[in-house]
Amino acid sequence: MMSLIIYKSILVLIVFGITLFIAMYSTYAERKIAAFLQDRLGPNRAGPFGILQPVADGLKMFMKEEIIPGVSNKFLFILGPSLSMLTCLMTGTVIPWGSSLHIGGGEYSLQVADVNIGILYLLGVTSVGVYGIMIGGWASNNKFALLGALRASSQMISYELGMGLAIIALVMTTGTLSIGEIAAQQHGGHWNIIYQPLGFLIFIICAFAETNRAPFDLPECETELVGGYHTEYSSMKLGFYLFAEYINMFISSAIIATLYFGGFNMPFIGRFIHEPNTLVLLGTFFLFSKIFFFIFLFMWVRWTLPRFRYDQLMNLGWKGLIPLAILNIAITGIVMWLTGKIN
Amino acid sequence: MQSLTNRSKQVSNKEMTLIERAYLPAILNGMLITIKHFFRKKATIKYPEVKREFAPVYRGMHVLKRDENGAERCTACGLCAVACPAEAITMTSAERKPGEEKLFREEKYASVYEINMLRCIFCGDCEDACPKEAIFLTDRIVPSDSLREKFVYGKDLLVEGVEENKRVDISKRQTKEVLEFKNNKELQHNRLK
Repeated sequence: MMSLIIYKSILVLIVFGITLFIAMYSTYAERKIAAFLQDRLGPNRAGPFGILQPVADGLKMFMKEEIIPGVSNKFLFILGPSLSMLTCLMTGTVIPWGSSLHIGGGEYSLQVADVNIGILYLLGVTSVGVYGIMIGGWASNNKFALLGALRASSQMISYELGMGLAIIALVMTTGTLSIGEIAAQQHGGHWNIIYQPLGFLIFIICAFAETNRAPFDLPECETELVGGYHTEYSSMKLGFYLFAEYINMFISSAIIATLYFGGFNMPFIGRFIHEPNTLVLLGTFFLFSKIFFFIFLFMWVRWTLPRFRYDQLMNLGWKGLIPLAILNIAITGIVMWLTGKIN
Repeated sequence: MQSLTNRSKQVSNKEMTLIERAYLPAILNGMLITIKHFFRKKATIKYPEVKREFAPVYRGMHVLKRDENGAERCTACGLCAVACPAEAITMTSAERKPGEEKLFREEKYASVYEINMLRCIFCGDCEDACPKEAIFLTDRIVPSDSLREKFVYGKDLLVEGVEENKRVDISKRQTKEVLEFKNNKELQHNRLK
């Protein structure tokens, strides 16, 4: 029991560290990819190829003057970014980063907590993430920030529905809510994307909206809202908001990879390598390469598509994705009934 | 109607088909375009390490030339100031004292010569107007600053050094036409005897 606690604590710390590290370097990657897509070079001054840029950015964030508006609700003003950061870091616990390692006769799962309602937990925690933005926007006591926060929360609530409905179709085929179980089921090339292409499309669009990434980055919009929900934020509190977005992106990529792209599974690899621990670590490596691809996709889309207009966004969410997701559920049900999986 | 460019497109207000209304093909098309740019050669020049090549007749910061013996060529005639459309040049003339022959080429010289670089439009008229081949525009760039006062360049910044390595090369600016013009008989007083 004690060893399990120690193991889990170490795992939590590692996941925490990796999440922060990847989020940190996502900011760098974002700038580099943006530059490359626009025929520029991007940051290349701090260190070779500018790889120390995130450190410099972080240092800058810490050194900046911290302003809390006098008219703001001080407690909520500080709570906002903290809540954003907290919720997005909490989601990493249910993602299976690999199957089980075998050390000294014991079996150690690379998933921090294999709760059997993992997907529900995920949806729940990401919904709480709205509070971070909403509280931040409201506590600023600034009309623009409030508008940004309102836009963010209505957008996230709208797309949460589509996302939930897309997941329902997935849960119908997999028959479980445990993410570890779903990842394990996709062993041997039976990736869910093959069975749920429409569901995947809906899910990924909703994931873009949930993470407030372009083309759904309505909450932060310099041209319309001065800055968005974080207009009044400065220094590291602003940094927390921006950082939370990158962590969200990482976690979303991890969820997409796990739910639809086989997680830590890679077809055919078992034929060449038989040592179980190597296989597990290789699986983790594959998972991370999938995650990195999706992070790249997030950035690629961001620097390709322009931002939605607000009514277009709502139209897409309510009149487009939700009916499509319901249709997807119906189709899934019919196909399952026809193939005799349910009767 | 004949189109003016080859980029014109026929437009119509037809209803979009279902696939077009889904926008996905258009989005994928756009992403294809951006990813092509990802691998394209970058237009950026890494400035301090790599310097962009200027055209030989680039008009940058001015120089006040010295002659072969190291004496200032400028005689403070004021023609450059007159020619200057931006009125950026001001000068005060002074008389050469005995013993200063090494410093100034002729009896009159500019004791103060200032160009306001914020007013200057780098048209090169001063260069054309100068009968003494004293002022030239060079390929050097006027450095930026945060104070307006610092942009009034005096003789300390404009006159080239006496030493061989501090001389500013303006040979590229002396095109054939310019040399021909300067070899005009009426301007023979400008040549060193």
